[in-house]
Amino acid sequence: MTTDLPAAPEYAEPVVDWHRLDVRMLIVRPLNELIGLVPLFVGLLVLGRGETWRILVSVGVIAAIVLLGLLRWITTRYRITTEQVELHTGLLVRKRLAVPRDRIRTVDLTAKLGHRLFGLSAIRVGTGQRDQPGEDGLTLDAVSSAEAERLRVLLLTIAKTEAPAAAEERPGVVLSEWDNRWLRYAPLTLSGLVAAGALFGFVMNFARELDIEVFEPMSEAARWVVEQPLGLTVAVFAGVVLLVATLGSVLVYVVQFWGYRLTREPDDTVRVRRGLLTTRSVSVAEQRLRGVELVEPLLLRAGRGAHAKTVTTGLGRKGESNLLLPPAPVAEAHRVSAEVLRPTSDDSPTQAPGSPTRTPLHRHPPAALRRRMVRAVVPLLVLAAILAWFAPSWTWQVVLALVPFSAALGWDRYRSLGHALTDRHLLARAGSAIRETVALQRTGIIGWRISRSFFQRRAGLVTITATTAAGDGAYHVIDVGESTGLTLADEAVPDLLRPFLEPGPPD
Amino acid sequence: MDGVSNEVLRLRAPRHQVSRKSITLWTLHALIGWAVLLVPQLVVLIFAASPWQVTAAVATLVLGTAHTLVMPRWRYRVHRWEATPDAVYTLAGWLNQEWRIAPVSRIQTVDTKRGPLQQLLGLSTVTVTTASAAGPVLIEGLEHDDAVRLADELTTTTQATPGDAT
Repeated sequence: MTTDLPAAPEYAEPVVDWHRLDVRMLIVRPLNELIGLVPLFVGLLVLGRGETWRILVSVGVIAAIVLLGLLRWITTRYRITTEQVELHTGLLVRKRLAVPRDRIRTVDLTAKLGHRLFGLSAIRVGTGQRDQPGEDGLTLDAVSSAEAERLRVLLLTIAKTEAPAAAEERPGVVLSEWDNRWLRYAPLTLSGLVAAGALFGFVMNFARELDIEVFEPMSEAARWVVEQPLGLTVAVFAGVVLLVATLGSVLVYVVQFWGYRLTREPDDTVRVRRGLLTTRSVSVAEQRLRGVELVEPLLLRAGRGAHAKTVTTGLGRKGESNLLLPPAPVAEAHRVSAEVLRPTSDDSPTQAPGSPTRTPLHRHPPAALRRRMVRAVVPLLVLAAILAWFAPSWTWQVVLALVPFSAALGWDRYRSLGHALTDRHLLARAGSAIRETVALQRTGIIGWRISRSFFQRRAGLVTITATTAAGDGAYHVIDVGESTGLTLADEAVPDLLRPFLEPGPPD
Repeated sequence: MDGVSNEVLRLRAPRHQVSRKSITLWTLHALIGWAVLLVPQLVVLIFAASPWQVTAAVATLVLGTAHTLVMPRWRYRVHRWEATPDAVYTLAGWLNQEWRIAPVSRIQTVDTKRGPLQQLLGLSTVTVTTASAAGPVLIEGLEHDDAVRLADELTTTTQATPGDAT
């Protein structure tokens, strides 16, 4: 059946066979795409009176999708040599991708519902090369789950190729696992509100397409609501929103994180598995892990919760593939961070003394507080002054009433600021609405940026930015005292900054 | 950690200044930018001059003149660079200033680039990128020959350094 294909290129290692994607993709991919087109078919077939053109168009669309699936399957081949992973794909635009195996940082297995019904899984191989955004790495969609698992182990076993088939047998060490009690953090994530809003929009849209009469009963309900006393309306509305948000967020939490399992595999990778409908399994080579970020949005922080992300190269931006821990108790987040950040294998036999993210942080100087306060209060005062000039008087009074809240937020922003150095990590914390604490491996720092605005210079402060290949690419220590900050940077990466430092004038 | 050293530290200025011609370059940049803002205002003024528009145009003119006169000279006094065998070190900015340090062992690419104005003045920009997505190290306003020499030097030292720079 391969007669119509060009022969595989002459390569140094002809022994390695080319593989195709799993044959079941012939069914799964068209199925996945047809599911997305259900509204179209409903529009074409159900709503019409069975005109011939509607049926013909539907059949045409289905045939095209099936044919495309077939062509894609025929034209896609991959192979894994000792040097690299190669993927050939495309009919009209032929693409040949080759990823050197020693550049592979992460392997991401994703199985959508359709994939799971047929026991398939898509593999995404991340390399951390960021030359073309969105073109990072290479995707095999899809192979059988068993093959996916084999490839995962194979691709992440970098240097020790002859290493043990026996290792595959050993199960990984479970570092953290789904706990039903974590569900109580779901409502604190606001994801329910977002999901409910999106669902509402979708349903309204669908209803309009199908000409279902929803507006009439709704406007009647609205009229009824308006006739009730205001207090009752507000209370009922708040109650409904709260209920929907809570249920929605719990639902979203379960769908995203069901079966969450964080393991350290025998091949020195950290692996996160999760998902109710679409299952994901993200593996990160431990050597490539550059740190951990603890995220505490305001509400979650109020409930003593946090979630955690990995700081690593080679993960795609979409789909939260850098998730390490879903919203969970903050103590769990610290524990997981400690486990993941523990010294790799042999350089320290002792158990990590405590979580690096728990390291007491150094406060930033009072000038940083002054800057937070000025930023929180001055814009509001200016706004109030302008409003007092141009607008009715209640507007500036409202703005003035906001000042204490804004000031409280500024105070909290100052309290969040902090930095520390452990023997392996640089820690930096900032933010109030979303407080982020990053523990960045000192060996992962590949440069410094030290910036000082006009006002920072007057306050004797600088912002120290550590650049890195992983995660966001840059992590900031905001508004730290000049000398303290430079000392921190100097100690974090020995010898890099030292030649450029000089003793300053005594304070 | 703080107890280790009580000495007060600061960054010393990088060794080399950029070319004096950079002042002309930045002046031209500023002139073009302000002209884009000012010319449409003047065109409007010719047809209909309300007091508001006159005020706005005068304000633009004053701000533009001040910026065009002050910024290039201020920048020239700030902008500095240095390349040691171990690191590239730059200082740039005027009101807001930024030092950047990239170790040679982590350098991925070294490019020189010249825009039309820079070609006119015989200047070049050297761009040093690392594996970080967060901002390459730029050395603006070098004499073209110096820029090429620097890029060659950095490329040679980078190639001599093993590792994949991540």
